[in-house]
Amino acid sequence: MHELGIVFHIIKTVERVGEENGLSAVSKVTLELGEVSGAIPRELIDCWNWAVRKSELLKGAELVIETIPAVTLCESCSQTYETVRYGRICPNCGSDLTYLVQGNEMNLKEIQAC
Amino acid sequence: MDKVRIIEIRESVFADNDREADRIREGLKRDKTFLLNLMSSPGSGKTTLLMRTIEALKNEFDIGVMEADIDSSVDAEKIAKTGVRSIQLHTGGMCHLDAGMTEQGLKEIGASDLDLVILENIGNLICPADFDTGAVRNAMILSVPEGHDKPLKYPHIFTVCDVLIISKIDVMPYFDFDLEKVREYALMRNPKLEIFPVSARTGEGMGAWTEWLKTQVNEWNNGVKLLTE
Repeated sequence: MHELGIVFHIIKTVERVGEENGLSAVSKVTLELGEVSGAIPRELIDCWNWAVRKSELLKGAELVIETIPAVTLCESCSQTYETVRYGRICPNCGSDLTYLVQGNEMNLKEIQAC
Repeated sequence: MDKVRIIEIRESVFADNDREADRIREGLKRDKTFLLNLMSSPGSGKTTLLMRTIEALKNEFDIGVMEADIDSSVDAEKIAKTGVRSIQLHTGGMCHLDAGMTEQGLKEIGASDLDLVILENIGNLICPADFDTGAVRNAMILSVPEGHDKPLKYPHIFTVCDVLIISKIDVMPYFDFDLEKVREYALMRNPKLEIFPVSARTGEGMGAWTEWLKTQVNEWNNGVKLLTE
């Protein structure tokens, strides 16, 4: 399961940050998730709630997901458009010379802890 | 009670794994060991292709194979018959290998005295693409029955690979598979991709692929660029 692997990596990183900063409990972790990153928010949260129970530092911590909208740039007409709505073909000029400029992110933004 | 504070991290979820993978590559360079990460769908003919590749290169290099699977040791047993060192890695339900698991495998197989280690990743076109294993090169296999539209459906894996092996080309006449289309779609995702159409069964195209691999291993291990005939 893809989301579980991602959750394990987030927990590992937060545990490292916790050690570096002498934290005793983490209450909230904020993740920036691109709309087309391939991970499903609901699945991430399910995996998260199960996995944090096994961590001393993260027990009961909440996972907050902030969505980054996916935007595609068309090389032919230099305009950007919503990726999820229009896909790979530019809705303005019909070109397929397009690439994703944002929406693939999976970034650990910040944690709330004491 | 301690004061609650916010700590900014602002880095990719995969950043720790990427750093670990870079460390693995440094170790491989020191030990003169080339690690190939081989990815594909289940049933693409990975194990068969691997066996033919080993036959072609085993006189040249000391080879090891790490078979990653969720469970079972069917593939490692098959590979063991070729006479090379092989181990089975179980991911315990996970859909991919990460750098940490790869490092454990390299230790277990004793990679430092091998020239070439091939990691047969979990059969999956999505998750393995996100996790750098520390391999020197990434290769993927796409078999003819899977269809030529895979680069459109799973674009990410095509962008992280150095090589695309199109396998089972001997059955092309029976499938609606367009070799030119797959080339076009794959190169659109990754213009630097090397593409080798092969049939492990008839041997067609296998020479070009194994020659490429041989050159890569020699360049990494010895820093020598061999002239291809």
